[in-house]
Amino acid sequence: MAFDIEKIRADFPILKRTVNTYPLVYLDNAATSQKPQQVIDSIVGYYSNYNANIHRGVHSLSQEATDAYEMARQKIQKHFNAAHAHEIIFTPGTTHGINLIANGFSSLLKKGDEIIVSALEHHSNIVPWQMLCEKTGAQLKVIPMNEEGTLVMSAYKELLSERTKLVFVNHISNALGTINPIEEIIQLAHEVNAAVLIDGAQSCSHIKPDLQELDVDFYVTSAHKMCGPTGIGMLYLKEEWGKKLPPYQGGGEMIAEVTFEKTTYAEMPHKFEAGTPNISGGIAFGAAIDYLNTIGFKAIEAHENALLNYATEALLAIEGLKIYGTGTAKTSVISFNIEGVHPYDMGTILDKLGIAVRTGHHCAQPIMEFYKIPGTVRASFAFYNTLEEVDRLVAGVKKAKMMLS
Amino acid sequence: MTIKEIQEELIDEFSMFDDWMERYEYMIDLGKSLPLINPKEKTEDKLIKGCQSKVWLHSELKNDKVVFTADSDAIITKGIIAILIRVFSNQPPEAIINADTDFIDAIGLKEHLSPTRANGLVSMIKQLKLYAVAYQAQLK
Ligand SMILES: Cc1ncc(COP(=O)(O)O)c(C=O)c1O
Repeated sequence: MAFDIEKIRADFPILKRTVNTYPLVYLDNAATSQKPQQVIDSIVGYYSNYNANIHRGVHSLSQEATDAYEMARQKIQKHFNAAHAHEIIFTPGTTHGINLIANGFSSLLKKGDEIIVSALEHHSNIVPWQMLCEKTGAQLKVIPMNEEGTLVMSAYKELLSERTKLVFVNHISNALGTINPIEEIIQLAHEVNAAVLIDGAQSCSHIKPDLQELDVDFYVTSAHKMCGPTGIGMLYLKEEWGKKLPPYQGGGEMIAEVTFEKTTYAEMPHKFEAGTPNISGGIAFGAAIDYLNTIGFKAIEAHENALLNYATEALLAIEGLKIYGTGTAKTSVISFNIEGVHPYDMGTILDKLGIAVRTGHHCAQPIMEFYKIPGTVRASFAFYNTLEEVDRLVAGVKKAKMMLS
Repeated sequence: MTIKEIQEELIDEFSMFDDWMERYEYMIDLGKSLPLINPKEKTEDKLIKGCQSKVWLHSELKNDKVVFTADSDAIITKGIIAILIRVFSNQPPEAIINADTDFIDAIGLKEHLSPTRANGLVSMIKQLKLYAVAYQAQLK
């Protein structure tokens, strides 16, 4: 299919609205993406036509709902090229998936073991590992980054040892847009028999990871950043780990047999999916994946790279503007500041002009500390953004600079 | 002037502008006249943490009136603080306790005082009033 931006934009009802009297320019895609009509329709369709609880009814509606939900799981499996559908665990999102793994490892780790994370992490996702270390006596090690916002791989190699049990790195940094070399990170970790969890919250809207080829142990992501709804995500769990890890929460769905003396757990994926899940969310996640694939990841990448290059060049032409995250491997995220201008002020003026960007530390305070700044302005582009919108951003930044300095 | 009179005066001044840009430029200008907190007083306990911009607030009781000085690292925030300080500073504690901030709506800056906006201004107003309550108790 040819990349028809007008046709694509027409799929997103929200892109027609105005903000503060200006047509909306939505450049906060790294926080959450907008939703196409196809995804919205799948949610409405479920509640209007076949809402029922799944996996437990013999009646037709329950069967239809179960089929649709399991069909979504298969779509996700195919999309990410997992070996089995039961390796795909539905979760409420990335954060939940990370906590599930951290919790699972609490019974596998002991004092003297080490967990490696990177300096580029979303800071809320460092917390589960800190808690895990407190509980088990394991130690947390950090892969440093350099001035460009790229991980220092030589330091990573030195951190790895037979004490390393788990490595946690994001595929793409939300604060800077850096694409981390996860292929190499996974391979090196496996050489010392450490497991690897990749946080794919930022990557799956831009690229299509091949989980078998990556040979990763765990991979987590959130649907809401890839045109799906909030409150649903996936945890990929390699089959062998499904047996080693204990269930996370107790409840319906995750059990095979219960007596007051003993409960036997259900097999994957249900072992990790206690309670009634977000059924409409799962189905809509599948619809989002279908939608992205009709556009095609090659086309998405090409368009987003064009936006990134065009915006980078135009922004750098503004005097006093500095971009953070300047490695060669990056996605369509531009984190920047203008000398003497507080990011909060910049964000406020851009909002008045109908331009939605994110300002602040982007839940990555260690990165802001590294650069010794209070935060940045972050513009993150999606495949439905246009060059004209980049022009609006650049004009807005210039206007704000004039007002603020 | 009483708090009410100053509020009326501000509403009057802001009514001259017909678009947001002029209002913002004026507010940013007002920020430049903010009675700045003495750098010595810019300590952790004077800092009001908003998630994104910082506000420092200091108070003193002079002739039974509360005098505020403040600062912020963001200039739009600083502009709003200047407006608030112009309204609340040099007033008796009781007047500060009883005053409302509805005038902010009338001058078209309401969005900055939303409790969910991460700029520390709502906490700042709370803090202004807490100081007034403390001084009120002292005076009795
Ligand atoms: C890199 C990264 N990891 C994790 C998360 C958290 O995702 P969620 O809030 O959907 O659980 C985000 C979201 O901002 C992110 O950017």
